[in-house]
Amino acid sequence: MKGDRIFEGGTRFFAILLILIVGLIGLLLFKESLPAIRKFGWQFPFRSVWDPVAEDFGALPFIYGTVVSSMLALLIAVPLSLGVAIFLSELAPPYLRTPVAFLIELLAAIPSIIYGLWGLFFLVPWLRTSVEPFLIKWFGLLPFFQGPPYGIGMLAAGVILSIMIIPIISSISREVLLAVPNDQREGALALGATRWETTRMAVLRFGKPGLLGAIFLGLGRAMGETMAVTMVIGNRPEISFSLLAPGHTMASVIANEFTEASGEVYLSSLMGVGLALFAVTLVVNAGARALVWKVGGKAGRT
Amino acid sequence: MMSRDSRRHWVNRIMLGLSLAAALVSMLPLFLIFFHILSHGLGSLNWDFFTHMPQPVGETGGGFANAIMGSLILLVLACAFGLPIGIFGGIYLSEYGGRKAAEAVRFASDLLNGTPSIVVGMFAYTILVRPMHHFSALAGGAALGIIMIPTILSTTETMMRMVPRALREGALALGLPYWKTLVYVVLKAARGGIVTGILLAVARIAGETAPLLFTALGNQFWSTDLKQPIAALPLQIFTYAISPYDDWHQQAWAGATVLIALVLLLNIVSRLFIRNRLAGKRS
Repeated sequence: MKGDRIFEGGTRFFAILLILIVGLIGLLLFKESLPAIRKFGWQFPFRSVWDPVAEDFGALPFIYGTVVSSMLALLIAVPLSLGVAIFLSELAPPYLRTPVAFLIELLAAIPSIIYGLWGLFFLVPWLRTSVEPFLIKWFGLLPFFQGPPYGIGMLAAGVILSIMIIPIISSISREVLLAVPNDQREGALALGATRWETTRMAVLRFGKPGLLGAIFLGLGRAMGETMAVTMVIGNRPEISFSLLAPGHTMASVIANEFTEASGEVYLSSLMGVGLALFAVTLVVNAGARALVWKVGGKAGRT
Repeated sequence: MMSRDSRRHWVNRIMLGLSLAAALVSMLPLFLIFFHILSHGLGSLNWDFFTHMPQPVGETGGGFANAIMGSLILLVLACAFGLPIGIFGGIYLSEYGGRKAAEAVRFASDLLNGTPSIVVGMFAYTILVRPMHHFSALAGGAALGIIMIPTILSTTETMMRMVPRALREGALALGLPYWKTLVYVVLKAARGGIVTGILLAVARIAGETAPLLFTALGNQFWSTDLKQPIAALPLQIFTYAISPYDDWHQQAWAGATVLIALVLLLNIVSRLFIRNRLAGKRS
């Protein structure tokens, strides 16, 4: 019937439009970064200069900042999130599960800008006056904890990011653990294993690919996070081993400099940074989904 | 010397205790953020905040009226861009698409879901801001609309699939053409769930700031012109938070209170929607 064909055509049109949009995002970013690629060649990601006055650009400081801040975030968030997931799937009495899961998922609903505001006015001053002087005093010999305690910097960014990705990693890990068949647990318990041994040997081992996927999804989110990081990281395009020093990430440099970028090469270099960010998050997310699907079924589709 | 068994039981207790501690520590930031927002925000929140325009630096008072209006306009625009693609795309996935075609659409949606919002902002800048030579509400709305699509698409698909087959067969048996069956029977039955998806998507984009930085840009004045830069609540919070003025910081906290109230309200309402649906199903 005619109406049927029109309706089906209409839905197909919008579905194809979605594919077009995603394709265009990649294509346009590539096209826009061509002037920078032409000028700096394929070394662009490995050059550490960022000098708008001399129109000399390289993405290394931002790639470094993104990698370090997200690794720091994972370092804090992964043990906590796995703890939460184990608590919710293996330990908590049923009446606690829903409210605790709800409260932690609320963290995911808080907008990035609010994390930034809170980070700027509470986290940063707290790091500056309490945490960083302590780190400098006791661990100052390590290259990670040298220099004055600014408060803003890589450490602040890592802490904020970890709070933001805990809900993602923990809720997906929890679904992965819940998908582990009960036979696994019963078998281990029957052999005389304690609760923890059962969890470690039967549950965590079984769900390993899925947990890895959950961690990757958190990593993908951490790398693309913009506002909160921009507000606390200090925004300086330098590479410093110290976590106390200000830095920059791929997302934060775009947020900071995009509207000010005058000149073709400057804008194009920022587009190049955007392209790199798009490509990296794409790879990380694709890998994450493949891993989660292996165990959790549809858990990764949120 | 501890026996092997008692050591195992100690390890058991310690690890279980650590997982409880992890749950407590993870909830701590939530309480801290709420506490700080309420203790700073409520005090600075007053009637002027909703009804007045921002004041120039140095003058106290004033409010976010233009930003609240701007956010509403941006959300409506975003729905205009995002809803058709999300809903019709979802219907296509659940009702028509062959396996290959559906996989391609779902893959694109997953990619989009993982794309950082600031990258979507760059995209909107390239296709809308530059050709039009103007930062505009339109470009901001388009960027937010694109961000909404994956959430709406996947809830629409899931909800359409959940509608029992018998309902479709009944409608078809009465002689309704397939598309009318879909629109008047299946879509109507799936409505509650789809509305939930839309509310969640709106809650997510209401707080989005990064893609607006170089699309909607922000505006210190009253503007409802879709082709001009427009103010938005999260953008205004950002501008005020990084300013050096105490008075503006207070306003930023008030803005944050309003924003978080809006986001939480949308989240809780959508959860109630889901619960009612499930309750309705059981009876």
